[in-house]
Amino acid sequence: MVQLESPSSAQAIRFVDLRQGMTARVSAVDEDCLVSRRLQEMGFTIGTQFEVVKVAPLGDPIEIDLRGYRICLRRLECDCISIELV
Amino acid sequence: MVGNPNAGKTTLYNALTGASQKVGNYPGVTVEKVTGKLKLAESTVDCIDIPGLYTMNAVSEDERVAAEVVSSKSVEPADLFIYVLDATNLERNLFLFSQIAEFGRPMMVALTMTDRLVGKPREVDAARLSAELGVDVVPVVAFKDRGIAQLKAVIERNLANPRVPSLSLDIPAEVLEEVEILRDRLARAGIDATVGETRAELLAPSEAPGLFISEFSEMKEAIEESRARLAAKNLLRPSIDTQARYAWARAVQEAALTPIRADILGQKQKKAPSRTDRIDAVLTHRVFGLAIFTFVMYLVFQSIYTFATPVMDLIDGGFTTVKDAVSARLPDNDFRSLIVDGVLNGIGSALVFLPQILILFFFIAILEGTGYLARAAFLMDRLLGWCGLNGRAFIPLLSSFACAIPGVMAARVMPDSRSRLVTILVAPLMSCSARLPVYLLLISTFVEPQLGPFWAGVALFGMHLLGLVVAIPVAYFLNRKMIKGSRLHFALELPPYQWPKWRDVWLAMYGRGKTFVQTAGTIIAAMSVVIWALSYYPRAPIIEGSDAAQQEHQLQQSFLGRAGKVIEPVFVPAGFDWRISTAILSAFPARETVVPSLGIIFSLGGDADAESVDLRKKLRESTWPDGRPLFTPWVAAGLMVFFALCAQCMATLAAVKRETNSWRWAAFMFGYMTLLAYVAAVAIHQVARALGQG
Repeated sequence: MVQLESPSSAQAIRFVDLRQGMTARVSAVDEDCLVSRRLQEMGFTIGTQFEVVKVAPLGDPIEIDLRGYRICLRRLECDCISIELV
Repeated sequence: MVGNPNAGKTTLYNALTGASQKVGNYPGVTVEKVTGKLKLAESTVDCIDIPGLYTMNAVSEDERVAAEVVSSKSVEPADLFIYVLDATNLERNLFLFSQIAEFGRPMMVALTMTDRLVGKPREVDAARLSAELGVDVVPVVAFKDRGIAQLKAVIERNLANPRVPSLSLDIPAEVLEEVEILRDRLARAGIDATVGETRAELLAPSEAPGLFISEFSEMKEAIEESRARLAAKNLLRPSIDTQARYAWARAVQEAALTPIRADILGQKQKKAPSRTDRIDAVLTHRVFGLAIFTFVMYLVFQSIYTFATPVMDLIDGGFTTVKDAVSARLPDNDFRSLIVDGVLNGIGSALVFLPQILILFFFIAILEGTGYLARAAFLMDRLLGWCGLNGRAFIPLLSSFACAIPGVMAARVMPDSRSRLVTILVAPLMSCSARLPVYLLLISTFVEPQLGPFWAGVALFGMHLLGLVVAIPVAYFLNRKMIKGSRLHFALELPPYQWPKWRDVWLAMYGRGKTFVQTAGTIIAAMSVVIWALSYYPRAPIIEGSDAAQQEHQLQQSFLGRAGKVIEPVFVPAGFDWRISTAILSAFPARETVVPSLGIIFSLGGDADAESVDLRKKLRESTWPDGRPLFTPWVAAGLMVFFALCAQCMATLAAVKRETNSWRWAAFMFGYMTLLAYVAAVAIHQVARALGQG
């Protein structure tokens, strides 16, 4: 249960475009990037689904619900992980 | 004791070790080392609280130190690892478990937060979890002391009969093969590497600092060869390791959770917002969130001021009584002055910071214990993040507006040692309350009479703003250029809201207070004695005239006064003469003493304060030897700016030394701030002269 086939209709999206209430899934990761490794270690592995719970009043960071816990990330630091809307 | 941050590790550690905790530093780094005694039925053991970490693949200094302790690279191997596992967050908690399990050292699990699962559709079955992991699992509710006795019994049992976890990760065969080949090569070179470490090295991202490559360069070729072979089969992917671990974690979670209770299954599975989400709807609201945050901050700092001030006055009063009593009993000589003006004064000036520190850390412990601190960091991160700090820096920076000593100590709330260091280095730029007497004196002497009360108010506000405005580029510069080390990618966990645990709050306060008194406190007291000696010696002969004249003569004569004269040429470009230079030097023990010192220097005796009309008059009238006025409004501005930016306060330097675990950073801070202050003061004076304002 590691790789998920993305349906052809899945729409790729960038972290900077995420809005409150959106649900997304990790579609690909950058194997060479340290930040990507850290994000994966925190739970953002390929195929993992997460929900955007809230955006901070000043636009950043965003609060994400994944694997049963809440984490806040700065949008611009997450480029190395590719996500798609669910 | 090891585990994720927010897993309840600290609460459990406090329940097990209580007041026996000692806080020190790991050598050469700012990471704190917490050790304590754990009393079991048959023996007492040492228990180390390893800093919470998410993964053994360390990036920040804190994580690196924690990982080194776990892998026993920097310390003796532990006899037992107590892994603190958060029952509400199994998958991610098990990720780290899987990494540590591969070291093959004895482990057991303390299962926390089980009280939060009561009434939820699925609970964690400790027995099944134990079967899955191959080690003992003890559920605890630490703050209620539930399960603690059982935990201690199991710890004792595991120390006698250790159990090693069983782990089977789904890794492609080719990777397993290469890992074995590499391990063999490493073993033949005398390097003992675990399966986990070797696999991590093999599959590490190209950006990662290679563990073995950097330490054992002769292995470079072997590692490169293995990596090339895997790359050819498209298996050189670090994600293989991470995904295998999470797959294992999910499988264990599924096996360990009780089957969905039929009665709850029947109910409507509406996803109702949790209590935490409902609270967050208000506390992190676009508008209300920021407003409430501002209000909470105001409350906290107003409370510190309201409650600390009477206690500080008590301490001052107490010491005055003691000093008078001692003075009465000793003959009037050098020794008496040493004891009264040196030692007692020194101890008193160190202890006077204690109330503020204790109260601030009381509030920090509460904010952290409830989970609000993380929300506040979430709100503030945008403002603080772009210059290299992060959202959690607001507490140390805000505290520093009152006093930098608790502010610098409060930098502890930042988990990343790099941004912690930057925060510590800029915190003293915030205009603290001790600078106020200087501002008040100079503004009321030179601004108000000429420009009126409105501009006087603006000037005061401006001086406070100055520190903040300067801190931003300094933080940016320090973060980009000066400080080495990798920048930790920002990830902030928001734990569910909970009531603060009072034992944790009390131990946090007690711990910080004790640390301060033992380390920074002793330095402050020692430095006070040194400063006393510099202004006391050499003794001036008694001269004709008033007490004030005698005091002035003594100060001029002393090492401090002579130093002021020697330094004078340095300060002339800033428009300061030897009298101001001496006042600046004498402010080193504490900034507030600059006003009484100015009083002494201008022959008014040591009782002058910022309100003193005589002192203001004297300042306006004083001149250089050639008759030019000493103080022009611009010189006054220069002096205020100098005070705003200079790192004169030795108590702050002592606190910085303690928090950074080295004199190097304290010296650096002193250097850059004094340089900044000097350049600014000179610039102001020279520009004023060029414009003919003199």
